[in-house]
Amino acid sequence: MTAARAIKIMEVCGTHTSSIFRSGLRSVLPEGVRLVSGPGCPVCVTPSAYIDRCVSFAMRPGHALVSFGDMLKVPGSGGSFPRSLDEAKGAGGRVEMVYSPFETLALAEREPDTVFIVAAVGFETTAPAYALLIDELIARGVRNVRLLTSLRSAIRAIEWICENERDIDGFLCPGHVSVITGSAVYAPVAEKYGKPFVVGGFEPRHLSEAVDELIRLAEKGGAAVVNRYVETVSEAGNEKARAVIASYFEMRDSAWRGLGAVADSGYYLRGEYAGFDAGSFGIEAEEILPEGCRCTEVITGRIDPNECPLFAGVCAPGNAVGPCMVSAEGACGIWYRNV
Amino acid sequence: MNGDDRTITMAHGAGGKDSSDLMRGIFGRRFSNPVLDSMEDAACLALPAGDVCVSTDSFVVTPVEFPGGDIGKLAVCGSVNDVLMMGAKPRYLTCGYILETGLSMKLLDRVAESMARAAGEAGVTIAAGDTKVIERRSAGEPGLMINTTCIGVRSRAGIGAANARAGDAVIVSGTLGDHHACILSARMGITNGIESDCAVLAPVTEALLAGGADVHVMRDITRGGLATVLNEIAVSSGVDIEIEDGAVPVTGEVKAFCGIMGLDPLYMGNEGKLAAIVAAEDEERALALIRSCALGRDAAVIGHISEVSGDPVVKMRTRIGGTRRIDMLIGEGLPRIC
Repeated sequence: MTAARAIKIMEVCGTHTSSIFRSGLRSVLPEGVRLVSGPGCPVCVTPSAYIDRCVSFAMRPGHALVSFGDMLKVPGSGGSFPRSLDEAKGAGGRVEMVYSPFETLALAEREPDTVFIVAAVGFETTAPAYALLIDELIARGVRNVRLLTSLRSAIRAIEWICENERDIDGFLCPGHVSVITGSAVYAPVAEKYGKPFVVGGFEPRHLSEAVDELIRLAEKGGAAVVNRYVETVSEAGNEKARAVIASYFEMRDSAWRGLGAVADSGYYLRGEYAGFDAGSFGIEAEEILPEGCRCTEVITGRIDPNECPLFAGVCAPGNAVGPCMVSAEGACGIWYRNV
Repeated sequence: MNGDDRTITMAHGAGGKDSSDLMRGIFGRRFSNPVLDSMEDAACLALPAGDVCVSTDSFVVTPVEFPGGDIGKLAVCGSVNDVLMMGAKPRYLTCGYILETGLSMKLLDRVAESMARAAGEAGVTIAAGDTKVIERRSAGEPGLMINTTCIGVRSRAGIGAANARAGDAVIVSGTLGDHHACILSARMGITNGIESDCAVLAPVTEALLAGGADVHVMRDITRGGLATVLNEIAVSSGVDIEIEDGAVPVTGEVKAFCGIMGLDPLYMGNEGKLAAIVAAEDEERALALIRSCALGRDAAVIGHISEVSGDPVVKMRTRIGGTRRIDMLIGEGLPRIC
């Protein structure tokens, strides 16, 4: 099978990138169809200044930094040691790796004299968990937990891509994010930029159906929103989850690694909950990445990871230059493990 | 040991009366056998003729007790299974306990009892042991760590990671990911029906060997999962390995758990499963022999060994007819965050 013309499809979500490799879909794509990764891995779009801030909390006496495992090996801006949370642990800092933000509650209650700083990183999918954590902290009267937020809107990132990367012919919308936002959220973007958007799941069948649909729509041209993950994603999404996000967070401008400042793209704690914030404002995205690092072009679909001169040489999972090589959802790490 | 709520103190590791009480009250009572009871500085062991196979492993799992097992049982299974994989019969086990102050004596007794039971099932004698006490290092549960070494003897050589040949069948003895999913669930406070598969694999290896199957390689599928084990075999033997996605057994519950957590069962640890590479002509027989054991009833042929074409690789044929390369585990297998 050959597509009528070259078609470039962006899978926005890191889990999609991973599932696409896992399914072997790339090996059976029609000629002329190219899948590129987008800015849908929360670790990859986190500025290194944020990591620096996490590290400094981990090293501060009387403090513990609470994080998911994905973040531990992500390098900060470099220069001084320790550079990552993993190195901070080795240097006597305190890092608690958790599998769920709610584990922080037990830690904080057991040690009321320690301040627990939660590295709250993620998109619409994880934001509700942090909102519910605040809810529980208030209910239990726990006062020694603060969030260092790097919570972002995946939709704003997709809009940024549409505005700045005009050669993408269609978008495979993030499946998990869409559970919260609903498929209707893509309609205005699709209309504005005249591009097709297809919501897809993660099983091989879901993926092949969604990509097939995207090829068809891209060949036809014009705006479209199709939900090919109807068993999980509804048009309206999860209104309860969005309500709980809205009660604790508000949208403000936020800095993205690789994209820079994106208007109204970050979820920040509302003014009335400022007491739970560890200082999440004013984190700037680096303007200059480490020499040779082409993360920006990877997460905007301009190049494949193996086109970066550092790929698999200087930059590898054990000694990553950029976060895309560290995270399980990062395009570079996924290519490293699968290609 | 009476049913009290006493805990470990530094005195239990000082070598004096408290150490002696701990030895008599828990370890001596649970592990009693003529070799250990002689209380010499070193155990003197008689071994039958053959190659002596030795494996050592340390166990630091938390929680210490989990559905389907505990650290005591795990510490036996881990070292014993490694010796079994060489086609050997495990004979003796040594154990070193490192205990943190504050550890519950009742918990320690349960772990020792479970270890003794597992050793009995495996047919190994606990021949030597040691206990050290260290200060509790974190505000979490007091730690309990165990090192074990298993000594066994094999009467025939020929089983080893370098012995896979083109055409051989790849068999796994059961469902993947159960132990890993169980431990992660326990750590995250998720209640589900997933139990650790922690088990001594002796019935499976004995069935295979006694049944006369031409076994070339056996590996227990522990940390790093099947993907890592198969990559090690591919490299050691200088072969490619091709497996079928649909053929790899995973329970529905583990599959669902992995879907939610972003984990791949191919990279998840098990504590009671093995991969066996057998000669092509023995594929059916070996599968039947493994399936004849309760531990191996879900066994399946998942792929075959092929001639190497470049660097040795493990490839998977996916359900939609594509192929993907299966690399070994890189870094840690962590749940995703989005």
